[in-house]
Amino acid sequence: MDSAPATMKLEDSWVQEKLFLGMTWREYVRSNFTKFNAVVAVILLVGIPVIIYRLVYGLGPSTNLSDNNPWGIWIGFDMLCGVALAAGGFVIGTAVHIFGMKEYGFLFRPAVLTGFLGYLFAIIALTFDLGRYYRLPYPMVVSWGVSSVLFLVAWHVALYLSCQFVEWCPAIFEWLNMKKARKIFIQATLGATIFGVCLSMLHQSALGSIFLLMPEKLHPLWYSEYIPLWFFMSAVVGGIAMTIIESGASHRIFSHQIKRHDPEHLNRVTLGLGKAASVALFAYFFMKIIGLAHGNNWAYLNTPYGYLYLFEVLGFVFIPAMIFMYAVQNELVGLVRGCAIVTVVGIILNRLDHSIIAFNWHLPLQDRYYPHWMEVVLTITVVTIGVLTFQWIMNRMPILYEHPDYEPEHH
Amino acid sequence: MKDASRRNFIKVLAGLGFSATLGRASLARADSGQLPGYPNQYGVLVDTTVCIGCRRCEWACKEWNKLPNQKTLKEYEKDQNVFLTNRRTHADIYTVVNRFENPRDSSRPIYVKKQCMHCYEPGCASSCFVKAFTKRPQGAVTYDASLCVGCRYCMAACPFDMPAYQYDNPWTPEVTKCTFCFDRISKEGGIPACVSICPVETMTFGRRTDLIDLAHKKIRDNPGRYVNHVYGEKEIGGTSWLYLSAVPFDKIGFRTDLGTVPIPTLSKPFLSLVSPVFIVIPALAMGLYSFKKRRDQLEQDEIKKALEKKEGK
Repeated sequence: MDSAPATMKLEDSWVQEKLFLGMTWREYVRSNFTKFNAVVAVILLVGIPVIIYRLVYGLGPSTNLSDNNPWGIWIGFDMLCGVALAAGGFVIGTAVHIFGMKEYGFLFRPAVLTGFLGYLFAIIALTFDLGRYYRLPYPMVVSWGVSSVLFLVAWHVALYLSCQFVEWCPAIFEWLNMKKARKIFIQATLGATIFGVCLSMLHQSALGSIFLLMPEKLHPLWYSEYIPLWFFMSAVVGGIAMTIIESGASHRIFSHQIKRHDPEHLNRVTLGLGKAASVALFAYFFMKIIGLAHGNNWAYLNTPYGYLYLFEVLGFVFIPAMIFMYAVQNELVGLVRGCAIVTVVGIILNRLDHSIIAFNWHLPLQDRYYPHWMEVVLTITVVTIGVLTFQWIMNRMPILYEHPDYEPEHH
Repeated sequence: MKDASRRNFIKVLAGLGFSATLGRASLARADSGQLPGYPNQYGVLVDTTVCIGCRRCEWACKEWNKLPNQKTLKEYEKDQNVFLTNRRTHADIYTVVNRFENPRDSSRPIYVKKQCMHCYEPGCASSCFVKAFTKRPQGAVTYDASLCVGCRYCMAACPFDMPAYQYDNPWTPEVTKCTFCFDRISKEGGIPACVSICPVETMTFGRRTDLIDLAHKKIRDNPGRYVNHVYGEKEIGGTSWLYLSAVPFDKIGFRTDLGTVPIPTLSKPFLSLVSPVFIVIPALAMGLYSFKKRRDQLEQDEIKKALEKKEGK
């Protein structure tokens, strides 16, 4: 007779502990009245109706897409930038688990979580772009178009999402206190990381290779046989830069979670990442120059598109590479973080150049694409929901700190 | 015994290598656009010096394909305002006729009908990740809406900008383009609706190989009438629809910078990287990982030894 209320109570406390951060329902609700959440609420209040409008009324009224411009910012920003900037999970995973750089180990979980959510929300945003979004699994289960680069992207992104989930699982099971399940996934980490490296190399470059089919539409300064290499290398750069930004920000925002917070250690690691970013940026810069020379497109440099190209390649690749180098040599951690932001902006600009600005460059201005306000609002909404999810998980799972009941990961 | 098995192994390896090169070689040939492909495929030769711009073909196309916003044939013939802008294909228009100024004789403008070119090796088909496009032996490139997810990569990949999209259809939007009247030409004696209605025989329907001969014969037999170029003969590896013109093709809305490489060829080198990556990278990664493991182990052993020595003393 007494057992029923007892289990109720037990469940109550589980919900309280796991979901409401140890607070009662009322306390939890009250704790959510913050300035940050007020801004989020406004965005969602506008954004969610826009999402519903897109789903009910279709692409025509909610976007500026046309027969000449089939792709807009949902592809150019949400998908291309989202995936490139979520490469941190694969870069840090390689460094920690394959190259054995233990110093960077504490970055692995936040990087994997950022990567997983980056991919997940890129796919969610892509869903809104698809004419028949309810057929999203078709390339997996209904019909295989193996000659398409997009087929490779679809499969690899789906598989890589699962890889990152496997890498993230130990944190989930520590949160849920399931020791056996955690152990299995700790052992799977190495395999998932290696598989993830292969998948990342291929789909990051494949996202660029999508444009290989369009030599007649993409400006020659951006079209090259080297597109796959450019996209891969800049994704590595993006992954490193995002890890610098994300680790700096979350160690500030969630610093109360970390008991033995050691800013010195974080600074040292940030400088190490800055060095890696510098090397990767120089490599990327030389690949860009080789591509330019290979296509013999020097003459285009002295045209408006050429100025844009120089602005991108000098201002957001070459100069940041130099600044990273200078900052690392003089141990200026703040400069490394600032430069990482500039680098990320540069990668966003590069992806938009490829997909929108230098795409269809031969068309007259009135036939060119610019985003509809609903496209922008939907993008902001999806990013906001992504940030909310990140915050929700960070507040609950052992991402930044080691769970006191568990030993550090070994495999 | 051991030696024999090794020799066998080498033989097998050699065999594998040989067949791999063979496979590669045949693929390379298929890429070149020189293969006859479907040797009996149909085509249409459009002689732009003949067209009078009556737009009956547009009417017939809509009629046969039951496309929305159809008007009467009279309205099509009367409406001259459509020629004021350079139109393209749309969700409910598979073919359009555009008017261009004639640099040779301004009193006789040039009319150009355009529609899907039905490429030998279609970019749309190679871009589609659910294989919704098929190049038929009859020459038509057809689209299967029951597979389409609506990613619109085909529209981006088409060098002629022909596929259009039903953006205003919220639930079941489709890609739309000329079907080459596949339902007509796949039957004995069938010809496309636009070809059969043309009052001045601008278009000739037939085997593509015959049409190329005919086109060159026309150029030869009428000196000064045409530029010496059959558009579609070599462009991006060849198309089923072919054009003749009195003026350079870039003057009448054609792109002359497309080259002769078929669109699908452009992404093949990249796609062939997939298996090497999956073979080489795990091997490298596992190698690096074992080096790291061994290095750590040696380090541990040394520390242990040093500690033991200290304790022993």
